[in-house]
Amino acid sequence: MNAVEVAGLKKIFNPSKSSQVDALIDIDLVIPPAAFVTLIGPSGCGKSTLLRLIANLTEPTAGSITVNGKSAKQARLDQDYGMAFQQAGLFEWRTVAKNIELPLELKGWDRAKRKSRSAEMLELVKLPEFGEHMPWQLSGGMQQRIAIARALAAHPPLLLMDEPFGALDEMTREHMQAELLRICASTGTTVIFVTHSIPEAVYLSSQVVVMSPRPGRITQLVDVPFGGNRDEDTREDASFFAKITEVREALRGAEFEPTARGIEDR
Amino acid sequence: MIRRSTVLLRAVAPPLLFGVLLLGIWEAVVRGFDLKPYFLVPPSAIWSGFTDNFANIWDAMVVSGTNAAFGLIVGSIVGILMAFLLSRYKILDQLITPLSTAVNAIPAFVLVSVFNNMFSTTSVVPRRLMVTLIVFFIVLVNVAKGLRQVDPTHAELMRSYAASKRDVLRKVRVPNAVPYLFTALKVAAPLSVIYAYVSEYFGGAQDGLGSRIASNIANSKNAVGWAYVLGACLLGLTFYLVSIVIEAAVTPGRVAQRNRDGS
Repeated sequence: MNAVEVAGLKKIFNPSKSSQVDALIDIDLVIPPAAFVTLIGPSGCGKSTLLRLIANLTEPTAGSITVNGKSAKQARLDQDYGMAFQQAGLFEWRTVAKNIELPLELKGWDRAKRKSRSAEMLELVKLPEFGEHMPWQLSGGMQQRIAIARALAAHPPLLLMDEPFGALDEMTREHMQAELLRICASTGTTVIFVTHSIPEAVYLSSQVVVMSPRPGRITQLVDVPFGGNRDEDTREDASFFAKITEVREALRGAEFEPTARGIEDR
Repeated sequence: MIRRSTVLLRAVAPPLLFGVLLLGIWEAVVRGFDLKPYFLVPPSAIWSGFTDNFANIWDAMVVSGTNAAFGLIVGSIVGILMAFLLSRYKILDQLITPLSTAVNAIPAFVLVSVFNNMFSTTSVVPRRLMVTLIVFFIVLVNVAKGLRQVDPTHAELMRSYAASKRDVLRKVRVPNAVPYLFTALKVAAPLSVIYAYVSEYFGGAQDGLGSRIASNIANSKNAVGWAYVLGACLLGLTFYLVSIVIEAAVTPGRVAQRNRDGS
């Protein structure tokens, strides 16, 4: 069973009004389990909208989305995915451990089970001594690691990430990318990751989904066959730069291709 | 701990010295220009007025403090309850919010006069009602805002967790509103005292600071009048300090965070 199947998807905001925006058209995408798929494209291409549709945070205008063989809504109600955003979004009145435990509380886990799970997650993101800290005592990168721990706490098979490292400095960002790969490899989680950094996409993904400017469409799928052994040397390898060039050219092609409606409002 | 007391000293010493300096200038100006007591009394006369009449001033402080505390507590409770109702039922929000804005625009002395006419001349109800109304409005507006203005990321997260409305209220909206409540209380606490004085001034029983200040000055006992003003200041400060102490006790982390951000 595929982790995510998207077919004939279309999203139009404010249909038949002067403010109508065709965010996404003709989206077909199949994501196999344990894949790491990155959505990349210029600002406003609808990549975040596609992620939010898969998360059932918004409803499609047309088309179907299947997550874990269920409708997107059922998958959300069953908490089949965890989510992380550009803002860590920690609840500032809760300790770090209690933040990680929130989705578990809502799932009805008992206290002892929650506590042992949050301790486990803190180990996983290498911040075991920070459970009783308040979020504001942590740096931005540490907060983002807690947000990832929270997203993975309830063992979701799917992790949806919307530019989670977008607000971090370059050094922290590269460190977080390596950490994310390590965590996902150890948990076998499928990841859909939105970014507009080409090196980030290439370093992380098994497949890069290149999208065009509005109306957003998938213009190319770039496979990244580096396998699971990616480290700091990967970033300096010739094949890494070759992939970056390939994605950049795919993006450029998407940029200059005339759009379906012949209108370019950017 | 040495560092901490040094920090405290640095924060307290400048305004304290400045205050003492101002009092010194005040005293010097009154003596130097031989200003008459009906024009301006010197701080020394106010201080002796304060110590000579301390028992009476204390009684009046207790009376005004009780009036203010009553309004502060009742107004806060009703304001919090109403804020929950408004955040739950949009229609109520649309009905009540314009009404409370309109009521808030009526000058206090008008409302007090109306309330005074409704109850007997020695009743404490009108002044307490007035304070309650003011506090109610401040608490209502702020707490309703805190219940409504949820961080968009928090809202999306809760939706992704398939959280029920009740869970969102308990785990996000209520804790989100707590700092808003304390903001409201820090504004409302000194105001409750001020509105108690104003209400006492406009009639009813003559036992509060508001009426004592007015009657002493009317009888040309200016130094004693000012001594009651000093009592009024102390009472207002006490209310403010209590609201800060309660906030620090309930949400210690946030106060620390604010101090850090502010530095």
